[in-house]
Amino acid sequence: MNITAIRALIRNDLRLYRSDRRAVIVGILMPILIAAFFGYLFGQNSSDEEAGKVPIAVVDEDGSAITRAIITQIAGDSMLQVTPLAREAAREQVRKGTQQAAAIFPKGFGEQSVAALFTGRDKPHVELFVDPSQAMSSRLVQGMLAQYAMQEISKEAFNGAMGRQNLQQMLAELSTQPVTGQRRELMELMQSALRLNDLQAQGTAGDATRPALSIPYEVATTSVTASTGTPYNSFAHSFAGMSVQFILFAGIDAGIMLLLLRQRGLWQRIRAAPLGKGEFVLARMISTALISAFQITIIYLAAMLIFKVRIEGSLPGFVLVAGAFCLLNAAFGLMLATVGGSAPATRGIATMVMLLLVMMGGAWVPSFIFPQWLQGAAQFTPTHWAVNGLDAMTWRGLPFSEALLPAAVLSGTTLLCLAIAIWRFRWEE
Amino acid sequence: MASVTTGNMLEVMNLTRRYGARVAVDCISFNVQRGECVGLLGPNGAGKTSTLAMLSGIAAADSGQILVSGVEAGGAGMLALKRSVGLVPQDLALFDELSARFNLELFGGLQGLSGPVLEERVLSSLTLVGLAERAGDLVKTFSGGMKRRLNIAGALLHDPELMLLDEPTVGVDPQSRNAIFDNLEVLKRGGKTLLYTTHYMGEAERLCDRVLIMDHGRILADAPVQRLKADHGNLEQAFLHLTGRDLRDAEEGVK
Repeated sequence: MNITAIRALIRNDLRLYRSDRRAVIVGILMPILIAAFFGYLFGQNSSDEEAGKVPIAVVDEDGSAITRAIITQIAGDSMLQVTPLAREAAREQVRKGTQQAAAIFPKGFGEQSVAALFTGRDKPHVELFVDPSQAMSSRLVQGMLAQYAMQEISKEAFNGAMGRQNLQQMLAELSTQPVTGQRRELMELMQSALRLNDLQAQGTAGDATRPALSIPYEVATTSVTASTGTPYNSFAHSFAGMSVQFILFAGIDAGIMLLLLRQRGLWQRIRAAPLGKGEFVLARMISTALISAFQITIIYLAAMLIFKVRIEGSLPGFVLVAGAFCLLNAAFGLMLATVGGSAPATRGIATMVMLLLVMMGGAWVPSFIFPQWLQGAAQFTPTHWAVNGLDAMTWRGLPFSEALLPAAVLSGTTLLCLAIAIWRFRWEE
Repeated sequence: MASVTTGNMLEVMNLTRRYGARVAVDCISFNVQRGECVGLLGPNGAGKTSTLAMLSGIAAADSGQILVSGVEAGGAGMLALKRSVGLVPQDLALFDELSARFNLELFGGLQGLSGPVLEERVLSSLTLVGLAERAGDLVKTFSGGMKRRLNIAGALLHDPELMLLDEPTVGVDPQSRNAIFDNLEVLKRGGKTLLYTTHYMGEAERLCDRVLIMDHGRILADAPVQRLKADHGNLEQAFLHLTGRDLRDAEEGVK
């Protein structure tokens, strides 16, 4: 084996990489910037709460005490940014995307809702204008409305004049009907509510103790990270995703460079040297893997120094996953050069395939938002295993054993790409 | 691998190369003596570049035999052939983004050179082609003539006995061409064996001891320059007489 020639080829590839400032910028600076952006976007530990608020409009056509109270409650919610508007203005702003949703309380809402609470009949309709591109926001607003409307309507039912009037009407209606066991129980419940309402009207209880229906539990959320007390760092996931994406870009570049090399006199020079196909392929593999390793090292150094990303799990596990991915990238680039046609066409197709793999792998957005079938399909992408492996060794804080499966899948894919590359590689003319 | 000692640097016997149904090189035979400079002339598509590709080990022959210094090329002999031959490709074989020195370090490394030997060969090759002072400059800053000279230097690093030069002066100005001639004459005086393809008859007259005129994959003439000039008046007339005056645009694809 011509080790000197292999060393010369590797050194030359590294020199070419160093001389290409565009490649260095795209391969290192871009992933850091984009990972920083995504990490901030999906960050759970942002101190700037205003940045995460969902803008919604409310239209109060009723103007009752109940609707005013509901709007006050909604406006006080830390997740919403509420703007009172007229109906047409609200629709226009939702259409433009200024507001993600608009809730319209129609005239008579207060009175009808209190009556409907006991009878279940003649429910008023709350109109909700939604931005179809913001499905999550629409669900959030519906949940908030349900919570605050139930709270304020029940408060009025048990405490307010409107509630007393409705209870009296209901009791009058029930008294005209034949008395059965269930109906008697209902009448007793209403009479108790009426007495409670009377007591409130006499001012014997403060507002704070006014009874109302509310969600009968509170949720305590615990982020399950590497260890108790270690906060989730959203940058850890975004850096894993962007490292994978931009290192694959470098793999494509390596493949395209080889394609272009074959079209130049340089290929004749290389072919005229005492060098075999195996030695050439090995040199290309090593140089691309080294460049990928350099990229991932610098990207993660930036992640650690600037964004406080930590390898909470196994450092050898991290190195194993990262190393397996770098080798995969080298084999991917080689395969590309052997199956590709013209350089521009190959670049276009490879970029499209790579972006698809990266998206499916969950590098851009968490894969749980995908449909079930897509989540299943993602298991077959090496990017999924690369991102998951890096996540496992960083913010999830998992042990070395959890790096073995991702590394094995990545290595298997490497062998597959390499086999295709060697099979398709035209060395003899 | 057969090994016989002869006075020939290169022996080619019944060499044939096909591209599909088309025969690019059709059973050609010729010898080149040690220290001799032989011109391989022919119109576009004559088979010159295909011949050089086989002689340099880039392309395999469909049939025939090549002996370099008496060693048959093919199998283990192919490595020996590649170590004995220096190829100057027609297309510039250089990385524009790297310096002249880095380019030559790669080409020397590919030939198995390293360390002080490589450094010395890089410097001597650059000196020979007059680029030692520009060793650290990027190739993309070089003129066309400088690139052509560096292209030649790239084939000299392993000190090959036989140099195959495929139109080494194409696309350069007369001054650069003259400088390249000077370089090649230095090599010739140094005992190198040169096999040289060109379209410029004046170059062949100035540099070559003998010429082979090829067309349609066959050798039509194998004679000293002086004899062809005596028979036809000058080399260009000999060339046109043997290969005809028809344009060869349609045959451009086959070299």
